[in-house]
Amino acid sequence: MLSKNQIFVVAAAALMILAGLVMPYWFSFLVTVALAKGLVVLGLVILMRAGLVSFGQGLYYCAGAYAVGAFSDYFQTDNVLLLVLVAIVCGLVISSIVGLLLSRYRDIFFAMFSMAFSMILYGVLVKSAALGSSDGFNVTKPSLFGWAAEFNGTNLLSYWVAIILACVAGAIIWRYMRSPMGMTGEAIRENEIRVEYLGVSVQKIIYIKYIIAAVLASVGGSITAMTVGHIDPEMAYWTTSGEFVFIALMAGTGHVAAPLIGAVIFELMRTFAFQLSPYTWQMILGIALLSIIIFLPNGLWSLTDKFKKGAN
Amino acid sequence: MTALLETRDLAKNFGAVTAAADINVQINAGEIVGVIGSNGAGKTTFINMVTGYLKPSSGQILFDGKSVIGRKPREVMRDGMCRSFQVAQLFPELTVMENVLIAQSLAEGKNLSFFSPMHTPAREEKARAILKEYEILEYVDETIATLPQGVRKLLDIAMAMLSNPKVLLLDEPTSGVAIEDKFDLMTTVMAAVKKSGAAVLFVEHDMDVIARYSTRLLAFYDGRILADGPTGEVMRDKNVQTLVVGHHLDMDELEGTNNA
Amino acid sequence: MNLALAVLVDGVVYSSWLFLIAAGLTLIYGVMKILNMAHGSFYAIGAYSGASLIGVYFAGGNPPWASYLLLVGAALVAGLIVGLLIERGFLRFMYGRDEVVMILVTYGILLILEDAIKLLWGVDPYFAYQPYTLLGRTKIGGLSFANYDFMLICVTALVALVLWWSLNRTRSGKILQSVIHDREMAGALGVNVTKIFTITFVIGAFLGAFAGALTAPGISVVPGIGIEVIILAFAVVVIGGLGSVGGAFVGALIVGLSRALSVHLYPDGELFVIYGVMGLVLAFRPQGLFAIAGARKI
Repeated sequence: MLSKNQIFVVAAAALMILAGLVMPYWFSFLVTVALAKGLVVLGLVILMRAGLVSFGQGLYYCAGAYAVGAFSDYFQTDNVLLLVLVAIVCGLVISSIVGLLLSRYRDIFFAMFSMAFSMILYGVLVKSAALGSSDGFNVTKPSLFGWAAEFNGTNLLSYWVAIILACVAGAIIWRYMRSPMGMTGEAIRENEIRVEYLGVSVQKIIYIKYIIAAVLASVGGSITAMTVGHIDPEMAYWTTSGEFVFIALMAGTGHVAAPLIGAVIFELMRTFAFQLSPYTWQMILGIALLSIIIFLPNGLWSLTDKFKKGAN
Repeated sequence: MTALLETRDLAKNFGAVTAAADINVQINAGEIVGVIGSNGAGKTTFINMVTGYLKPSSGQILFDGKSVIGRKPREVMRDGMCRSFQVAQLFPELTVMENVLIAQSLAEGKNLSFFSPMHTPAREEKARAILKEYEILEYVDETIATLPQGVRKLLDIAMAMLSNPKVLLLDEPTSGVAIEDKFDLMTTVMAAVKKSGAAVLFVEHDMDVIARYSTRLLAFYDGRILADGPTGEVMRDKNVQTLVVGHHLDMDELEGTNNA
Repeated sequence: MNLALAVLVDGVVYSSWLFLIAAGLTLIYGVMKILNMAHGSFYAIGAYSGASLIGVYFAGGNPPWASYLLLVGAALVAGLIVGLLIERGFLRFMYGRDEVVMILVTYGILLILEDAIKLLWGVDPYFAYQPYTLLGRTKIGGLSFANYDFMLICVTALVALVLWWSLNRTRSGKILQSVIHDREMAGALGVNVTKIFTITFVIGAFLGAFAGALTAPGISVVPGIGIEVIILAFAVVVIGGLGSVGGAFVGALIVGLSRALSVHLYPDGELFVIYGVMGLVLAFRPQGLFAIAGARKI
């Protein structure tokens, strides 16, 4: 039996998928890239709920994208399912190694150290001639067993894949956040010592959360690679990771939908701000960030709580 | 009979400072043991060592036949040794119910579920029963940060008891609690603990509380055990009265409360 | 032999440059517990102020030797204005927040400053090569080195010495150290922590701007230079131990020399080496080499 929420999500997803047929290309492109970033931020939210801010999710965003690019190039495949799977494996492998070290750190050390790892990848990619150095390289458009989902001259496959993946990931993480494993994140943020004395290894739980966040980020990277059709080392640069932190902070960590919707708002805001005044859009972002920290420390999603309380 | 918890020649140095030395204690199942000593006498060091938080400089700690040394608090806890804290260690931004549910799910086993919800009717029902036992059910939906000290202390102990430990260590259970509430708090806790059959070690400053609730008393002085025996006997000890308590104890009055 | 010489000189030059940038960052963290992401912007502002003033100065046909004083002056004024503006105008309202939140706050400031720089100076590059070329070059063992770089080493040594002396040998330095060690205690003992914060932040901002101004003659000053620099500075201070000025000195040497080694032996590993070294140090000493010990809970 589906609950009311589940029906709502499935209906919304179906509507979005159909809407792709009529919406302008620039908009479906924007939504796709936004949802890709939203997935990265969703992972970041899991870490933030455990009190950890990673300034290095770009590592997995970039690694997932490069895994897709290199794999499709080397094996001459454009199968979307295979490519996403490759990105997942890539994120899983890297994070299960890096996570061993990072799960020992907290607070600013976690933030700085995660940033350092993404910069290592950046440093390697910038100098890797085989991978296009700082220019990166082009990635083929995906297909589903040869079907490219061409409508009116635009490729809708990655848009659809993004929507489906966002819904599936959102649903899984929604359940995860309510599970004992998910709630223990909150407990760790609040009081690590107590969690240890309740018989659980805090380090192990953070390790697991780190891997989940990394896999989400690499899936996001794979979608971006397939949508944009081009990847470069900038994806691992710390400002990219900073953008994810920005979206997470702006959206809030209260609900799985927050980072996904927040990412779409962010991309819209960025597109228009950039068109209106290319030299001040960062300033607008900065002011928005400071205002949110001061006036809305739990992000835009916390407004829904206020709304609910007001209605009652 | 072998003791449940046993320390042999336990010692701890911090640099040149001796925080504990020559600690030989045996605690048997179901015993209620008070621990007294002035600040810096080594009580908390003792608790931190037996729970695996601090590694002793030398000596042995055996809990239920297994050595504690070199194992983490969480591993020792899984064997059945739980503790409460001098300052209640809770999850301040969460509600009382959430605190208990987290403690429950963690107590159920260290392999946590990723997918099944933490809030289940069965867990919630059990949580309510526990909160009722500790007489704090009325606070079930409040956030910890808004609770009075005494309620936090009770919740802290209730959460420690969730895994049905064999030994419960209470670090100053009544500190920070208003004088008039101390006995209520201890009575509630002791009733719950007695039902579970766990042995209790509690560090306490209030001699009235010690006299009323402990059957055996350990007096720490200068990192060593000055006296160990039935509560009344230790309290009568001249050394304990001068070095630990700091004044003469009126035993008739104290024993009166014990038998009451 | 030549290789060793080249690595040594390049390494020390690069280390000096790194230390100049990192000193202000670590000082601010040590005293205020703020890991200031906007420090890179201070560097950029210093570089822009220096470069634009130098351009005007030489266009006016003034005596070249005084251009060096102009660089110092530009950094002083820029550091003072920006430091005071940010600390008094904004940051002081945020004190007492979590360290991670403060990173985000300074990240917001960084975003704002990046565009403020573009608005003030435009997006075209600035060149202020005169002070650099004026000093000429020296040949050592067949290798040619810029004398300006040697001057940079001397200036850094001087800055390090002044910092060391004022932290360890003066009354106000000792007060500062007491704040670094235990802020609450220092406050309880009557130290005016608010004033110390303002002074520290301005000094830190000046050091960042100074590093930028001194670098300007050797590079083309373009938007985004601060963004590149801040993460290098992070690597240095994290290796040395956050908050320790001496640690930043050692960290700068480690990073500078290993980068120089990589540049000469394996140029492709340049960036990788910096963060690789950082990862290696932290894997064995999680708090950095000269961390100020923190107390543990319970």
